Amino acid sequence: MSTVKLTVNGKAVSADVEDRTLLVHLLRENLNLTGTHVGCDTSQCGACVVHIDGRAVKSCTVLAAQAAGSNVTTIEGIAKGDELHPMQAAFRDNHGLQCGYCTPGMIMSAIDIVHRHSGQLDEETVRTELEGNICRCTGYHNIVKSVLDAAGRMKVAQAAE
Amino acid sequence: MGVEGIGASVVRKEDRRFITGKGRYVDDIKVMGMTHAHFVRSPHAHAKIKSVDTAEAMKMPGVVGVLTGQQIVDDKIGNLICGWAITSKDGTGMKMGAWPAMAPETVRFVGQAVAVVIAETKNQARDAAEAVVVNYEELPAAADIRAAIAPGAPQLHPEAPGNVIYDWTIGEEAATDAAFKAAANVVSLDITNNRLVPNAMEPRAAIAEYNEPEEHFTLYTTSQNPHVARLVLSAFYNIAQEHKLRVVAPDVGGGFGSKIFIYPEEMVALWASKKVGRPVKWTGDRTEAFLTDAHGRDHLTKAEMAFDKDNKVTALRVKTYANLGAYMSLFSSSVPTYLYATLLSGQYNIPNIFAEVISVYTNTVPVDAYRGAGRPEASFVVERLMETAARQLKVDPAELRRKNFITQFPHQTPVIMAYDIGDFNASLDSAMKAIDYAGFPARKAKAKSEGKLRGIGVSCYIEACGIAPSKAVGSLGAGVGLWESAEVRVNPVGTIEVLTGSHSHGQGHETTFCQLIAERLGIPISQVQIVHGDTDKVQFGMGTYGSRSAAVGLTAILKAMEKVEAKAKKIAAHQLEASEGDIVIENGEFKVTGTDKSIALPMVALAAYTAHNLPDGMEPGLKEGAFYDPTNFTFPAGAYICEMEVDSATGKSSFVNFVAADDFGRLINPMIVEGQVHGGLAQGIGQALLEGAVYDSSGQLLTASFMDYAMPRSDDLPSFKLSHTTTLCPGNPLGVKGCGEAGAIGASAAVINAITDAIGNNNLEMPATPDRVWHAIHG
Ligand code: FES
Ligand code: FES
Repeated sequence: MSTVKLTVNGKAVSADVEDRTLLVHLLRENLNLTGTHVGCDTSQCGACVVHIDGRAVKSCTVLAAQAAGSNVTTIEGIAKGDELHPMQAAFRDNHGLQCGYCTPGMIMSAIDIVHRHSGQLDEETVRTELEGNICRCTGYHNIVKSVLDAAGRMKVAQAAE
Repeated sequence: MGVEGIGASVVRKEDRRFITGKGRYVDDIKVMGMTHAHFVRSPHAHAKIKSVDTAEAMKMPGVVGVLTGQQIVDDKIGNLICGWAITSKDGTGMKMGAWPAMAPETVRFVGQAVAVVIAETKNQARDAAEAVVVNYEELPAAADIRAAIAPGAPQLHPEAPGNVIYDWTIGEEAATDAAFKAAANVVSLDITNNRLVPNAMEPRAAIAEYNEPEEHFTLYTTSQNPHVARLVLSAFYNIAQEHKLRVVAPDVGGGFGSKIFIYPEEMVALWASKKVGRPVKWTGDRTEAFLTDAHGRDHLTKAEMAFDKDNKVTALRVKTYANLGAYMSLFSSSVPTYLYATLLSGQYNIPNIFAEVISVYTNTVPVDAYRGAGRPEASFVVERLMETAARQLKVDPAELRRKNFITQFPHQTPVIMAYDIGDFNASLDSAMKAIDYAGFPARKAKAKSEGKLRGIGVSCYIEACGIAPSKAVGSLGAGVGLWESAEVRVNPVGTIEVLTGSHSHGQGHETTFCQLIAERLGIPISQVQIVHGDTDKVQFGMGTYGSRSAAVGLTAILKAMEKVEAKAKKIAAHQLEASEGDIVIENGEFKVTGTDKSIALPMVALAAYTAHNLPDGMEPGLKEGAFYDPTNFTFPAGAYICEMEVDSATGKSSFVNFVAADDFGRLINPMIVEGQVHGGLAQGIGQALLEGAVYDSSGQLLTASFMDYAMPRSDDLPSFKLSHTTTLCPGNPLGVKGCGEAGAIGASAAVINAITDAIGNNNLEMPATPDRVWHAIHG
């Protein structure tokens, strides 16, 4: 057992966990942040994607202890109060989700993609970059649409800031 | 239509919780005092269990109990059942081997549970499971159909000699043979329909809680049909009485058929929660899903089609071997029979059809319904044959189809189905236009000049959805009725709760079902709430699968709604001192036609519950229920065309275009319908290009993770071009047909037809991986 201290969605937290505990389990089991999902055991599906210090990471691939001292953002932490993150809104408006299970990981990956490409996104880039996230429901068609739509919305939002 | 009524692409109500991470899936739930289960699973495909030693595991930290297959048998927990009886051609019933929830004596597939460890934490349960020592005596295994039916093959169950479960036929054999004898041309194909793994992104999970003083169980589970789960668990498995068992299926992360069935893990969790006196949670991981979720498809077929000199189809003959795995899952027997062979007429006028289906046991995970269930297999056979025939007869594939389309409705096929309505030419026209079919030869020539191989593939599918009526399916062997129930409750303040027996696991019922109410009453959907997935709340239901929710479930809601409206109109007429026949409902108000007199819905509702001033003899309250049993299946149909380019150097196929023209009858929410089609297409294309469960000859599953089983990813798929043509289903008052499976049914033939067209070799099995395509090109 060790005590891991980190910041999650802007709040300082600490948890006593076994050394083998993965970040995703710390989030789900210790912090009750169940929006981050587990879809596989081989780091293939991306249902567990969160941001560590602003970068998208599969939280099933990171030991909780490795995340010590870092800033973790989960799906629960991206809306501003009642106001959805533009990526969340774009997923809803473009029907980018069905069962919703892959959705948190998709949204977290997608935000990172938009950030890294600062507005230079096209369909092919989105499809290539979303390769680490599996969705079994949507056929990706509407997810790709959502990400492209959000890229525009995020630019507008940034300009406004 | 109001802005949120029928036909409007309303944004989904349920999305907010999913996009903010507030969904509530089974694994998100914690129950006070909960323990965790981990299963000890067989590493062998076929073996005798000589001994199970749990002593060491019992001493491990946190362990609360270790339970074995022998104990579950000793406690008289029932064997898993198959709920659809099929009679063989010789008049005998299915030869069914026993399937205990955990194996006491013999294991028959890799991953079959032998024992379960219950511990304080998941990791402790997993660690202790490693310490359970099972002594196996390995037996020879039959890992595929050919191995299982070969002379001298290993025998799985003493009840099923030769591993044959049943040998079933449909259609007229003699007439079909005669038509083949008289044929001008005969086209034949050997077809493998590859085995698929459903892979809903949420792994299966269960939490069982036993309340000892009340002798009552609660089960949270990832189910597509919680009521049927409760019925089966109580009536057949001897776990709990029906009124002492609550089954809750909260948010469920996709099902695609795999979550229709009752699985050993749910049974064991319930039984174990009573044994250890603590709530028990089990959450599968992905490899467990590969090893234990019912797989789909897995047919070997020899198919032949006969044509007269005018290229009219005169007969179809099919012999199919279906792999049902090591045990018979809940609906497994219906899939390769009544859901498959009855659709072999496709969209075509085929006067003579004869099909034989032989289902066999193999040492693999049980096979059952997966998106489309039997209909994709049928459609693939018919559409591959049509394409092959067009090439052999040297006619245009679209024209050959047109020549044989059914154009008069209703149409009785030789294999039970009576198609009620359709316009197959309209779908084909629409798809051909969308892909510029006429311009294809020029595009192919241009691609050729650039060293690329171009192909175009057509697939005209039909499906049978909303399986019904109950009386008919009962006569065909079904163990359940296939109606749906609903209740509409108008609360005293005018908000509305709609209770439905169908279950949403991504289909958007919380929105579409509200749209019906919004349409009828002229109120916003925010005023309506859908209640589903909890047997304590909804009286009964049959769940969601087979694209039945709109055609059957929504119609049940309409029936209940009509009763509510009738009573509400009586109350309004009484309040307004008008005649009941003059009351119309508009914008949430009950109006007297031709006057400015009206009363708002909340006032009618309030009057119903205060009961101060109701018509004489009227019961208070405003809630009504209905059970709806349809009179026929619905028959969605469509035309898919895909254009592909194949790189002859690598064998890689890529999409140039994929168009889908579907006829689903009335669309409640076009946006949601299109989403359903996209998802189905992805699974159909996945089957054609990427997916396939592979067992080695000893019965080890070689594709037991996402590293080995190729799931379609975003860069494997194109954006799709969809269009809709509409014939309204005459079988239900809404005119709806169902859209959930279409893509999975129609897509794979379109893709394989396109690739084989491109490479000029018709001999190509699914999944058409680059390796296979390269070999097909280069020999
Ligand atoms: S759960 Fe992390 S990638 Fe699948
Ligand atoms: S929405 Fe169900 S897996 Fe993506």
